[in-house]
Amino acid sequence: MAEETKQDKQNKPTLPASGFRVVAREIFHDPTAMIALIIIILILLFTFVGSLFLNSSQVTQINIADAYYGWGEAGHLLGTDDGGRDIVQLLMMGGRNSIFIGVAITIITECVGLVIGLVAGYFGGLTDSIIMRIVDFIQILPQMPILIVLVTVIPNYNAFTLVLLIAMFGWTTTVRYYRSFVLSQSGREYVLASKTSGSSNLQIMFREVLPNITSMIIIDVVLTIAGNIGIETTLSFIGYGLPSNVPSLGSLIGFANDPVNVTTRPWLWLPATILLLAISLSINYVGRALQRAFDARQREN
Amino acid sequence: MWKTVLRRILIMIPQLIILSILVFFLAKMMPGDPFTGMINPNSDPKTIAHLKQEYGLNDPVWVQYGRWVGNLFHGDLGQSYIQKVPVASLIWDRAVNTFWLSLVTVIITYAIAIPLGITAGRHQDQWQDQSIQIFNYITLATPAFVFYILGLYIFGFVLGWFPVSGSVSDTASEFFGILGSRLYHIILPAILCALITTTATVQYLRTGIVDNKVEDYVRTARSKGVPDKVVFNKHILRNSMLPIAAFLGTTITGLLSGSMIIETVFSYPGMGKLFLDSIGQRDYTTLTALIMIFGILTLLGNLISDIVMSIVDPRIRVQ
Repeated sequence: MAEETKQDKQNKPTLPASGFRVVAREIFHDPTAMIALIIIILILLFTFVGSLFLNSSQVTQINIADAYYGWGEAGHLLGTDDGGRDIVQLLMMGGRNSIFIGVAITIITECVGLVIGLVAGYFGGLTDSIIMRIVDFIQILPQMPILIVLVTVIPNYNAFTLVLLIAMFGWTTTVRYYRSFVLSQSGREYVLASKTSGSSNLQIMFREVLPNITSMIIIDVVLTIAGNIGIETTLSFIGYGLPSNVPSLGSLIGFANDPVNVTTRPWLWLPATILLLAISLSINYVGRALQRAFDARQREN
Repeated sequence: MWKTVLRRILIMIPQLIILSILVFFLAKMMPGDPFTGMINPNSDPKTIAHLKQEYGLNDPVWVQYGRWVGNLFHGDLGQSYIQKVPVASLIWDRAVNTFWLSLVTVIITYAIAIPLGITAGRHQDQWQDQSIQIFNYITLATPAFVFYILGLYIFGFVLGWFPVSGSVSDTASEFFGILGSRLYHIILPAILCALITTTATVQYLRTGIVDNKVEDYVRTARSKGVPDKVVFNKHILRNSMLPIAAFLGTTITGLLSGSMIIETVFSYPGMGKLFLDSIGQRDYTTLTALIMIFGILTLLGNLISDIVMSIVDPRIRVQ
């Protein structure tokens, strides 16, 4: 018994780490995934470090006299928008805001979804049925229209509210994703053994089952961030995302809703479109590379 | 079979009730009431108060809810605040446009997705499969509105091949002239929408074919000398198409309610555009009606999908 616990202690830290290691190995061995990862890092540097040097109230200050400068005119590399704001600076701050919001939504939906998914999958039966009925119902709701209405009727609406609103729908997908896996684990020998030896349900869920899904969590976090950036920018694009004084890639692309801007002032929306495309494509690629690695590891086992 | 359908419809009833309660309270959260469509600045506040009393706006909430649902069943969706016309007729005009756009999109989606899925599954891990996987990854990863904007810019403005807004040009006359003009306006948004929707269908078809290829019945067919072409087109394809049939319902409703972005980008006068216009003008009666319709459409789509699934796959039927 004493020996067993000793061995247990030695094994425990390596269990989750092996997931990370396989993930890292797969990324380093896939040249395209490496390029995608480098692009992500460059974009993070550009947006997050870049906006450190900016004063947000100065960037968003409206100065009509400078409106609609073209590419490289008057010292503005990518020109200015209708309020005379520099597009490069808006890209930095908008990119940072969009990524930050995507990450914030993901943190909430992952935490809530993981716990509820674990509970539903682990206990099964009635608990599972009730949770899944609620999840089913939220998923059949017309998400976009309801979000847009809530954005317009909620008082004191701000970026934080937006995060909560999107997360309100997002957690259901996460629950589904983890629940099905936990369901398949709850009948496994290690769970039963732990149960027989007297571990509490909480202990089994968070100390035995959870380590088995670390790689699933990594994959889901990566892919969900990309998805949530998509939702926020879509809402901002049609004008119901971030408040108008907070720059977002979506609202920059929204300049393309005016045919005049599409043809005569492409500097307003094209750079933001390309930046968002680069963000989505590279994050998704890394996510898919991780998924392949995970699937390969599942086959090996 | 009928048991499954019945059970599925029974599940839908509580969903429908909760949906209607939710939409009702969403409507209550919005400013304005059913008369804001009829009154003007000269209306006497007393008249309004009288109207409110007469139409029962001072009644308890659950009485109002009952009345609202009753009206809904009679097709009475209220008066539009801005347009001063019944909401039902306003939505109907736009629904027709959205229906045509969705129909063409569905046709193009399957016309693209089925051949791609078959090719990918048949030539698994070869260059054909790999290029289709790249295509799939791009359509999955790109946010839809970015795809639409770039498509609009390149094909609408730079190349000038397609019209960039509206549903029919003013100069079109006669039946075929109008039909042609309609199609011409629909084709670019429909292709862009279809390309971005193909991902799931291609992936399911490919997986289906890859899985079926190693099944016993395929080996049997091969060993008794059935030509390769026939094995693929008859045996494997039929079994792999089943999940696709089930997707049809959700695809259609997804398009009907998800048309908001494509209709905005192309200024196409459909239901999604109506929704965004209404929210811009704070036309709350129209908004409430539209959300309810979007919700019912999604419910129906899921119902159709499940029924189709139980027809094609007897294993999931309730015994």
